[in-house]
Amino acid sequence: MRAFSPRLAALLPALLLTSTSLQAAPDPTDWEAVLDEARGQTVYWYAWAGEQRTNDYIDWVAGRVEERFDIELTHVKIGDTAEAVSRVLAEKQAGNHDDGNVDLIWINGENFATMKANDLLFGPFAEELPNFALTHPEHNPEVVTDFTLPTEGYESPWGRAQITFYYDSNELRGDSDELGGDSQEIATPPQDIPALLEWAEAHPGRFTYPRIPDFTGSTFLKQALIALTDEDEALYAPVDESDFATVTAPLWDYLDALHPHLWRSGRQFPATGPEMRSLMGDGELSLAFTFTPSEPAAAVADFELPESTRSYVPRGGTLGNVHFVAIPYNSPHKAGAMVVANFLLSPEAQAHKQDLAVWGDRSVLDMTRLDDDSRALFTLDESNPAMLPPGALQQTLPEPHPSWMTALQDAWQARYIGN
Amino acid sequence: MMLRLAPVLIVILLVAPILAGLAMALLPAFGYLPALGGERLSLDPWRALFAEPGLWRSAAISLTSGLLATAISLAVVLLYLAATTGSRLDRWIRRLVSPLLSIPHAAAAFGLAFLIAPSGLVARLASPGLTGWERPPDLLIVQDPWGLSLIAGLVIKEIPFLLLMSLAALPQLDPERRVAMARSLGYRPTLAWWKVVAPSLYPLIRLPVFAVIAYASSVVDVAMILGPTLPPTLAVSILTWFSDPDLDKRFLASAGAILQFGVTATALAIWWGLERLAGRLMGIWVARGGRRLGETSLHLAGKLWILLATVTAFVGIAGLAIHSVAGFWRFPDALPGSFTAANWARVLPSLAGPVASTALIALASTLLAAGLALAALENEQRSGRHPSRALWLLYLPLIVPQIAFLFGLVVVMEQLGTPPTHALITFGHLLFVLPYVFLSLSEAYRRFDPRWSQLALTLGASRNTLFWRIRLPMLLAPVLTALAVGLAVSIGQYLPTQLLGAGRVTTVTTEAVSLAAGGNRRVIGVWALVQAGLPLVGFIIAIGLPKLLWSNRRGLQGAP
Amino acid sequence: MNAPHHLELRDICIRLDDQPLVELEAEIGPGEVLTVMGPSGSGKSTLLAYLAGFLAPEFRASGQVLLDGRDISALPAERRGVGLLFQDPLLFPHLSVAGNLRFGMPRATADKGARVEQALANIGLVGFGNRDPATLSGGQKARVALMRLLLSAPCAVLLDEPFSKLDTHLRHEMRRLVFDRLHEAGLPSLLVTHDREDAEDAGGRVIELSH
Repeated sequence: MRAFSPRLAALLPALLLTSTSLQAAPDPTDWEAVLDEARGQTVYWYAWAGEQRTNDYIDWVAGRVEERFDIELTHVKIGDTAEAVSRVLAEKQAGNHDDGNVDLIWINGENFATMKANDLLFGPFAEELPNFALTHPEHNPEVVTDFTLPTEGYESPWGRAQITFYYDSNELRGDSDELGGDSQEIATPPQDIPALLEWAEAHPGRFTYPRIPDFTGSTFLKQALIALTDEDEALYAPVDESDFATVTAPLWDYLDALHPHLWRSGRQFPATGPEMRSLMGDGELSLAFTFTPSEPAAAVADFELPESTRSYVPRGGTLGNVHFVAIPYNSPHKAGAMVVANFLLSPEAQAHKQDLAVWGDRSVLDMTRLDDDSRALFTLDESNPAMLPPGALQQTLPEPHPSWMTALQDAWQARYIGN
Repeated sequence: MMLRLAPVLIVILLVAPILAGLAMALLPAFGYLPALGGERLSLDPWRALFAEPGLWRSAAISLTSGLLATAISLAVVLLYLAATTGSRLDRWIRRLVSPLLSIPHAAAAFGLAFLIAPSGLVARLASPGLTGWERPPDLLIVQDPWGLSLIAGLVIKEIPFLLLMSLAALPQLDPERRVAMARSLGYRPTLAWWKVVAPSLYPLIRLPVFAVIAYASSVVDVAMILGPTLPPTLAVSILTWFSDPDLDKRFLASAGAILQFGVTATALAIWWGLERLAGRLMGIWVARGGRRLGETSLHLAGKLWILLATVTAFVGIAGLAIHSVAGFWRFPDALPGSFTAANWARVLPSLAGPVASTALIALASTLLAAGLALAALENEQRSGRHPSRALWLLYLPLIVPQIAFLFGLVVVMEQLGTPPTHALITFGHLLFVLPYVFLSLSEAYRRFDPRWSQLALTLGASRNTLFWRIRLPMLLAPVLTALAVGLAVSIGQYLPTQLLGAGRVTTVTTEAVSLAAGGNRRVIGVWALVQAGLPLVGFIIAIGLPKLLWSNRRGLQGAP
Repeated sequence: MNAPHHLELRDICIRLDDQPLVELEAEIGPGEVLTVMGPSGSGKSTLLAYLAGFLAPEFRASGQVLLDGRDISALPAERRGVGLLFQDPLLFPHLSVAGNLRFGMPRATADKGARVEQALANIGLVGFGNRDPATLSGGQKARVALMRLLLSAPCAVLLDEPFSKLDTHLRHEMRRLVFDRLHEAGLPSLLVTHDREDAEDAGGRVIELSH
């Protein structure tokens, strides 16, 4: 019978059109009123669905918010966050200002920048959420900064990502034998971007990165660009303030050299990070990377990767960012969406998310802000050999300005598609 | 009165959305869409389209994969029919092929991908013993840039369709008598079939063949799973452009949709030319009067290729099943190291919603389609006229590429402010369900002996009594089969569900395809298996129910 | 069923593409059988289709069909009161034997069950009511078909070579049965056949259609 409810939910606003459009937007400072208004709402959450573990977690959230707040949360599964942005933008153009389809978006980076620039977001609301204080933004500026842009309360932090490499220690041991090394000793995996090229030359077909415009693949481009270009500071300003061709020339030289040694000789790329993981599981790749540091350990538990999987962060650190949720300006269920965003920031939801058996996405909460009981929820089992060694995530490189992402994606596609 | 409206209603339901959709693709393709700020006609969208990297390659892949997939499927089907002698092997093949028709394209494509990938089932079975591979070879097989795996995936699914269409058309040609006649003139049986039956059969299955060309040259879900990626096929590219946050890309996407229309039209035109050529060559070949040469190889090819395609499809589905219960599965192990129900346990809670949506939409669109089709056919019977011109209109939604008009339709719906509901998707599915339901019902309806109706009327039964108490019960089996066909068509729909539902309404098909990008074969295995299983339930009911209801009526066992 | 009926074919002419195909003028009294004979293609079946109300649209017909003085030529088949007996018994395969017999009975018929039992007894098929018609022999099927026709209380009957598919020994028996019953019921009948014996057994007038 649940199948009928979206239809009813779609009809109701139409029936109550006048009351909806005249109603003022909910005020997050009056949280009791928000909770009241949220009761009985259906919240459509447009979220990237390429990862089963994430989908399962969102299912869990849906169960909780229904139980606690009487909100029906529907996960609208999309392949690319851009689809949701495009939908809201099209609605705005068509004059649909108060009855949009999207209530909540999992977002960051260039998609956030696009929505904010086009006035497509509701807010500011994030900093008024009761649980927001737990992130301790004064000490953790990354929860209020998204790809160099201040969030200004238009999106609420949800989780943290950082590029983490992983490999099969058995594979590398075998390979070192081929190279004439001691077969008992695990060969060192590449520790920086130039070393990665050497490694790929020595191990043809054993490494790749997700096809652009996938966000994990695009992040790899940025990571390589930061390492290769001499003009780092240009990356933290809009792309049109610098000479794109000059800044990125070393990157293209590098990729041109790297591609022939990649999986399928660089003529094909996996669609997403999870697909790259499944290629690792099949033994097609020996080295891969992810945006979720605990993903390799979790995948071992799920039978997707062998127990000999090990993770590491290359010297000098890797790109990391925070991902958020935002509410479109024309969402008819803003109160419900805010209640969901606040629940996502609760110690309970954050700890469940960080649980390796669930998703393994790192928390945005500041542990010093939690009481002892809540803090205990976050204790990580660091004995898992596939997990990163403690302290590995100390060095996080900040994300470049969002305009670089789009420019790099376009340039990559123009260079490598159809050749 | 209501009955008289049915044919008109069908034509409006099929033609209006397509024309509206095409119009709303054509206008933005030339820059006109005021809602998005396009106030004047211009060629800018086309300039932007032609500047897209890899565009011509995309279009060329769409064109060639459409033509080749059709040519190969048709050849395999004709070879099989020519070589069939009614032996046990032949009957076994036929029984094996029919259920394949109900398997959604996406599930079959997944099955094939899991089978032929370098780390797939075939390589695992052959390694390391035969190949010496300790790890998967670095070969570009699935999603190859030439679209070969895409063609293979399409062929597997189009063979059952063309075979069943041919089997429905054959009886009116009386092939046994023709072959017997030719054999008495000294022709070997397979050659005889090719020379005296094939030339008359082809015109009867021409429209289904055109539908296959249109489908194969514009398919989205199969191309996402098996098609090339750098660049993808034209239809898949259009889908990406349409969801780009840069709304200017929508103009480009509309131009792309029109280009897709052109690509499919070109494919049809090339096919038409090939038909002429093949017809002439056939004429020369037949006239030369060879009676023996090639008999054995034609005969063998007739068994071999269809068997290969069918077995591939089934092993693919079996592979899905194994993956869905696999624990860790290291290459080159032929079987997983351990089996686990965890994959199912994990997916099960999220199955209910999509399965309910799928069933609701499929039942609603199929019942509506059956109601309309029955009304139109009943009207045809009562008025005593057989409109054959309308047949082309029925094929319209099958011959105009989905992607070319669905986008325009979505634009229309956005302008009208129609929310993406189950009802809207049902309406979208109706476009594709109705033709299939109508075609499969009309067969049975027109073959129904008119004397039954005349008899019932002379016994004083009214027209309505005649329909409810004679025609419908006697046609129960074909009506249920038509319903099962309708359900299968609806369940397999990806693009209309995805576009008209705005992603809000998920069915097992959209769910399975969206998981494709994740590459988690275990989860995909579960979803694809569910997707393949649902239509099968429909077919089992369609076959089982009449047997049960008419268990003590011998005259209806195996009848029409 | 008891009232005597009267069928009059007045100035019938059926044309195909403006070429006259059948021309006929006849009167059939209660219990009489008029036999129409002719080779195939002479328009026998077309004549029957016209009288029963199934004339294909490509044909044009003129004239009047008067049943008990009322012109029925414009009425739809189900309201003409003209019964039809085909070559094949055509028992509805999804209905039981009793179901077939009931199917044609007018809705207002009182005590249908008893009528069916009586009819079955009449043709020597007591206890066959619940049988699947497909399990009956050829002769049994033909008799059920006849009873079904009579129970539908027609005012006139058309016979379309009803004996041609029966074995020789059954044929004679069925002819007797059919003509006796039709006579008893006082129904005017029109028999179409190319078998001269049919015509002789029918005992009425014979019209030859030539072509």
